[in-house]
Amino acid sequence: MVDATGSRRADVGVRGGVVTAVEPTVEAASGVRVLDATGCFVAPGLVDLHTHLREPGREEAETVETGSRAAALGGFTAVVAMPNTEPALDCAAVARQVLELGREAVCDVHVAGAITVGRQGERLAPMGELAELGVRLFTDDGTGVQDSRLMRRALEYARGLGVTLAQHCEDAGLAHGGHMHEGAWSSRLGIGGIPAEAEELMVMRDIALCRMTGASLHFLHLSTAGSVAMVRAAKAQGLPVSAEAAPHHFTLTDAEAASFDPVFKVNPPLRTAEDVEAVKRGLAEGAIDAIATDHAPHDQSAKEAPWDEAPPGMLGLETALALALDELGLPIERVLALLSWQPARIAGIEASHGGAVMPGRPANLTIIDPNERWVVDPTRLASRSHNTPYGGRALTGRARHTVLRGEPVVIGGEVQR
Amino acid sequence: MKHLLSIADLGADGIEEVLRLTDKFVEVSGRSIPKVPALRGKTVVSLFYEDSTRTRLSFETAAKRLSADTMTFSVSSSSVNKGESLRDTVETIEAMGIDAVVVRHRSSGVPWRVASWVDASVINAGDGWHEHPTQALLDSYTIRSRRGRLDGLRIAIVGDVKHSRVARSDVLAFTALGAEVVLVAPPTLLPPSLEGWPVTVSHQLDGLLASVDVIYLLRLQRERMTEALIPSLREYRAMYGLTAARVGCLRPDTLVMHPGPMNRGVEIDAEAAEDRRSVITAQVANGVAVRMAVLYLLLGSGVDLVGAAEPVGAVAVAAS
Repeated sequence: MVDATGSRRADVGVRGGVVTAVEPTVEAASGVRVLDATGCFVAPGLVDLHTHLREPGREEAETVETGSRAAALGGFTAVVAMPNTEPALDCAAVARQVLELGREAVCDVHVAGAITVGRQGERLAPMGELAELGVRLFTDDGTGVQDSRLMRRALEYARGLGVTLAQHCEDAGLAHGGHMHEGAWSSRLGIGGIPAEAEELMVMRDIALCRMTGASLHFLHLSTAGSVAMVRAAKAQGLPVSAEAAPHHFTLTDAEAASFDPVFKVNPPLRTAEDVEAVKRGLAEGAIDAIATDHAPHDQSAKEAPWDEAPPGMLGLETALALALDELGLPIERVLALLSWQPARIAGIEASHGGAVMPGRPANLTIIDPNERWVVDPTRLASRSHNTPYGGRALTGRARHTVLRGEPVVIGGEVQR
Repeated sequence: MKHLLSIADLGADGIEEVLRLTDKFVEVSGRSIPKVPALRGKTVVSLFYEDSTRTRLSFETAAKRLSADTMTFSVSSSSVNKGESLRDTVETIEAMGIDAVVVRHRSSGVPWRVASWVDASVINAGDGWHEHPTQALLDSYTIRSRRGRLDGLRIAIVGDVKHSRVARSDVLAFTALGAEVVLVAPPTLLPPSLEGWPVTVSHQLDGLLASVDVIYLLRLQRERMTEALIPSLREYRAMYGLTAARVGCLRPDTLVMHPGPMNRGVEIDAEAAEDRRSVITAQVANGVAVRMAVLYLLLGSGVDLVGAAEPVGAVAVAAS
């Protein structure tokens, strides 16, 4: 059993949706289902701060149901669904729709609200109305808020509500015409580039606005060495900032674009080996607080378009855990901090997710086999879409079982309903 | 060799092979009946998503002179406009039974995607800003036919390198054959990174004119003005255009080249295009023979060049 308080060998008993016992041995009464956790870590369920469930609007790519199945298989007991749905999640009506769909899902579905109406970057969305529904995170993800005056007011308003804004840092002007990282590869391949500065300029600006307003700010999908360095410095100054990174930004580089296969196209784009190293160091040392998948399903025909026409985004829910275990060289406690209790805190759901595994607490758990070897098969993922860049890759580590509010929703790698 | 997607697919030896074959096909093209049965029974399809009458006709002429059957699939008149995806279009064409597809598209990388979906040979006729291998081959052939070799020559490529598939392929081909390449352009029209490019760079044209063996002008698209890359076409011409005055500074044996179509009065003035140093029309003429060589290399597995001046054994097909 591993949680934020430490680790020890233990059996865990669950009843009525809560953990009832954490002891060296827990006797199972007759009729009680036993989940074999031999050789496994029993941990609080993983929490994804950044998932695109695509519903409403792009149900051909994913739905709340199919996305939550992918999440549960990946060991996640909670996800935060991004608001770039169609219509955008910028009002109580759409939020209620997604939350309602999430009630039947095999993981807890929380939502992030948009910062601006329609994510157009012009007027503030009704954050208060959304906060009433329990929304704690707001972002225009997919785009960054370009207007500095508007972002300042949004931060001030958010501070009053006690909610956190999250930014997709991308200066539209510098990013214009770009479809991959701007660098040696984009120059060779004749593809328009998005320079690192497109992200870094907004990171720099928002750190200043955070300092100015005192509001909490979370940086989505950091991808450059410069961004990581700035966030590290901001934290050292005591600013209320947090940050996440996606698995593809600590495992893949812009060299993948040479195949011209848009499965490798993502925003922010895959960057250089130096940026990958910086992201890994940020995750190891604490500049980056969480791994968030940025799970972005796209149906096959969309990803078969020419590179510059294809939509950016990759799947991530089912491969994040294994990649974190395989590629970061970090102890399990640190990996779980990045995937479970730290994102739970940033999402404001620590009362039910990511917390210590102890009697009385909600039983949202994942049982991880760190030694299971498996090969990623894009056609056999729970997601409705297949756009994973890891097709054919051998990974080690997998969630064997996932327990949601006391219900075993995944047993032996199979979703139970 | 199955596909020609990039000049890198050929390497120096492969380029030499193509140039040698081109000599044969130049001879064939000069006959009263400029046709050989080498690719009889083969079908070559042109899949042109970008309007380009000249290159398409050049490929089709090449295929026909090899006795291949041709099909043309050009975007404006096709189901693409009805929303058919690239993959569906390509697989439909292949289902009709074809041997090679010649692809031109405004997006870099499309020929690679097509090659992953079909069994036919794929020839890149220009993909976005990325490559245009047959252009680089006919450019190399033209230079060699006038100057005897590329090895040791100094070639200036002038203009919008950033957006030029011709430039990228030419840099690969010319340097593979031993030429020294200098790129001449304002920084805004050069790729963001020249890391790994075997070239030198200059932002001034005038100082180089007397020292180059070849001056290769790239087309400047008028849209570049709206992208904050250059202030105006007038300023571009003043600084980088091959004007009549600048032509006068070239050595007598320097070649003036352009991939066409020309923007007269922008990157090249009419007097320069018509100067006796200009080999622009020779480039076009050589294009057919070069494309015959490429088609023969990919599809003609040792088939007789009936009526060839030399026996078939003298023509070696490059190993794939």
